Amino acid sequence: MVRLFGPLVGLFFAVALLWSFGVGALQAIREPEPATAVHEFHLHPKEVEFSFNGVFGKFDRAQLQRGFQVYKEVCANCHSLKQVAFRNLTDLGYSEAEVKAIAKQWGTKAKTFDPKTGETGERDNTPADHFPPVYYAGSGSPPDLSLITKARHEGPEYVASLLQGYQDQPAELIKKFPDAKTPDGLYYNPYFANLNISMPAPLMDGQVTYADGTKATVKQEAEDVAAFLTWTAEPKLEKRKQTGLAVLGFLLAATILAYLAKKNVWANKH
Amino acid sequence: MSFPWANEYKPSHPLMQWLDEKLPLPRFVYNAVGAGYPVPRNLNYMWNFGILAGVCLMIQIVTGVVLAMHYAANAGVAFDSVEHIMRDVNWGWMLRYAHANGASAFFVVVYIHIFRGFFYSSYKAPREMIWLLGVTIFLLMMATAFMGYVLPWGQMSFWGAKVITGLFGAIPLVGEPLQQWLLGGFAPDNAALNRFFSLHFLLPFVILGVVILHIWALHIPGSSNPTGVEVKTESDTVPFHPYYTAKDGFGLGVFLLGYCAVLFFAPNMLGHPDNYIAANPLSTPAHIVPEWYFWPFYAILRAFTADFFIIPAKLMGVLAMFSAILCWFFLPWLDTSPVRSGHYRPLFRKFFYVLLVDVLVLGYCGGAPAAEPYVMISQIAATYYFLHFLVILPIVSSIEKPAPLPFSITEAVLGKDEGAVLTSNPAAA
Amino acid sequence: MADEASIDPAHDTGEGVRRRDFINIAAVSFAGVGGLAALVPLISQMSASADVLAESSTELDISAIQPGQAIKAVFRKQPVFVRNLTPAEIAEAGKVDPGSLRDPQTLEERTKEGKTNWLITMGVCTHLGCVPLGAGEGEVKGEFGGYFCPCHGSSYDTAARIRKGPAPKNLEVPPYEFTSDTVVKIG
Repeated sequence: MVRLFGPLVGLFFAVALLWSFGVGALQAIREPEPATAVHEFHLHPKEVEFSFNGVFGKFDRAQLQRGFQVYKEVCANCHSLKQVAFRNLTDLGYSEAEVKAIAKQWGTKAKTFDPKTGETGERDNTPADHFPPVYYAGSGSPPDLSLITKARHEGPEYVASLLQGYQDQPAELIKKFPDAKTPDGLYYNPYFANLNISMPAPLMDGQVTYADGTKATVKQEAEDVAAFLTWTAEPKLEKRKQTGLAVLGFLLAATILAYLAKKNVWANKH
Repeated sequence: MSFPWANEYKPSHPLMQWLDEKLPLPRFVYNAVGAGYPVPRNLNYMWNFGILAGVCLMIQIVTGVVLAMHYAANAGVAFDSVEHIMRDVNWGWMLRYAHANGASAFFVVVYIHIFRGFFYSSYKAPREMIWLLGVTIFLLMMATAFMGYVLPWGQMSFWGAKVITGLFGAIPLVGEPLQQWLLGGFAPDNAALNRFFSLHFLLPFVILGVVILHIWALHIPGSSNPTGVEVKTESDTVPFHPYYTAKDGFGLGVFLLGYCAVLFFAPNMLGHPDNYIAANPLSTPAHIVPEWYFWPFYAILRAFTADFFIIPAKLMGVLAMFSAILCWFFLPWLDTSPVRSGHYRPLFRKFFYVLLVDVLVLGYCGGAPAAEPYVMISQIAATYYFLHFLVILPIVSSIEKPAPLPFSITEAVLGKDEGAVLTSNPAAA
Repeated sequence: MADEASIDPAHDTGEGVRRRDFINIAAVSFAGVGGLAALVPLISQMSASADVLAESSTELDISAIQPGQAIKAVFRKQPVFVRNLTPAEIAEAGKVDPGSLRDPQTLEERTKEGKTNWLITMGVCTHLGCVPLGAGEGEVKGEFGGYFCPCHGSSYDTAARIRKGPAPKNLEVPPYEFTSDTVVKIG
């Protein structure tokens, strides 16, 4: 039975697949898929030498603090950071008192609700609070940035490249794809998935004044905030890599021993 | 059953003797994975993967039970509760990465285990039941993995749930009510998330049960071996302990090195970035892909792009995807060659390697966007896939002339077998 | 297993055996150590997570509590009683000889210097953890005028000391400090 029906079923699927193939091939010949502007002009993120890259990678605390400053003074106007709590900022090298002050002075206050009176109100943030959500009423929907570097391919590089990637639409593009002209209210950026992003270029030279005297170029600001957002997405990165090295070292020794033990056991069986 | 020369369990300590009388559990273990289980002496490293699959199952159950202590299966908070695990729970990041990458490791190991079975025809009599139970385990694993991927409630979780349950919508007449029943609603939401969590917690223990049956069925004929020649005498076997415990220990070390390298240094390599975006029912990701271990089957699903007479393309895809796995159940009866091992089947071996490449190609296409040339390539590859199992195997197994087999395992290992001389020359006995 | 030990007899000299035993024992020990190390995260994941620890202090504004009144607040997800004692209650607490008590303590030991009227205790009965009555408006205060636990009838006096019933200890005083005259920080 199996040997009768098996081949029949197999041939059935094979014929159906070849039918699909034929239909598809005919289609492809008749109407070849048109080239798109995205296909030709989208760019992959540029390589950046971040301090946290590689097996021994570590965050650069000063860079994280600068990145936090960029987030606070620029990004936070539109973008939330709701997975991160103020208390986490001690990882950046801030003292508990500094974190308390940052939380207290944060522009958006924490919402309160009195279940007895039904009244809503506001209070200062405390270190235990997460960054309060930012509500954005304008066009576009600014994503929460807590996980952005893990939510994009090559996230840290992507963020750094995107922030530096604003430019005029190439004349070549408009010539080749007249329909792909960037609509009003959007901005051309070849690192963005569909080339046109709702966010206007957020950074410019000297946008922030760094306390440590680092020159605030767009590149510097972009890379600093990309580093900061890598920390927000993966705060345990350093612990992960350190634990990993210890675990792999231990396993390597254990595996060598296991190999020698296995050789011993099998010594007289080969 | 075991071979007559198997070591017998003889507890020396009075406590163990007492236990052996009341509950012979140590005896059971001794006969299953101890010195009481004679195993062919010529197993190669391909035979490590059964134990490794068991280790993976244990890793998944232990890390999973622990993660369930912190995870909240509610659409409103599921995503945040996973981030809570990653950020606030002690060692939570490690446990979650261990679980997520543990699923991938489990599938790597099981795929190798299955292809070992294909090459050495491990499914053949008298081991059909082991094979049937094994395919059952694989199906349960796929269901468990799929439901587990939904739990973080990211974009891929949500849209994966929507697309996969949408497959059931392709079934004529009952499709839509069935889909609604599966989800407990019109789209994935709390009801679906909660039942997926419940089943995701339950199914691994069902898998564990079937694994025990799988091993039980294995111990009846005993392990197969690379020659495919059955065990004849004591010199063909060695006791499982210490020989294979030592070998499996080394294999485990190598496996853990690879697994931990990914876990600690590239934990998101096998995941999809979109799953770090919270589920949004109003916006579909640019290109939905399942986890890598489903890619070959996903490619088969998508390969059907044209209606076939009265059967809609969507239904054909669903039928083919399920058939692609279900046809494995019939392998013991599709491949009728009396020779098991691919080492002695020259024609079969060539087709085996074609299949291996074919499945890798299907996997690659399944992970690629649904565009040309990937669709056309997967159509050709899927055609071969079905022809291989359902048409080529039966034909090859009847026309092929196998290479001469060794007399015994001992002869294959040592180049000579004293027993062979004895049996072929009774006068010498 | 007739052929065992027949391949290489040199292996079985004393030193070879000892070296091989050592390697086998070392390999098994490594497996044991690795297994134990893997238990560390599995066990420690159950202890309080970072967000829980971060919320382990509570700030309270006590300016609205009149003498004789008390409020219930939450500290570490448990009730805490903040009570403004009247002079009469303070006097009542002072009359008792601490030596005669099950858990000898004076009111002064249980409050901050100069703030004897502010009695801050956990609202958790030291018997089995019920919330005693007496802090809320109109609740029974028990025969000693402090708190009364309805679960098993423990009675506490005006210094929240155990006077009667099964509870072994006085109501616990959490760590706290006055950050100003009207704000107290518990924890």
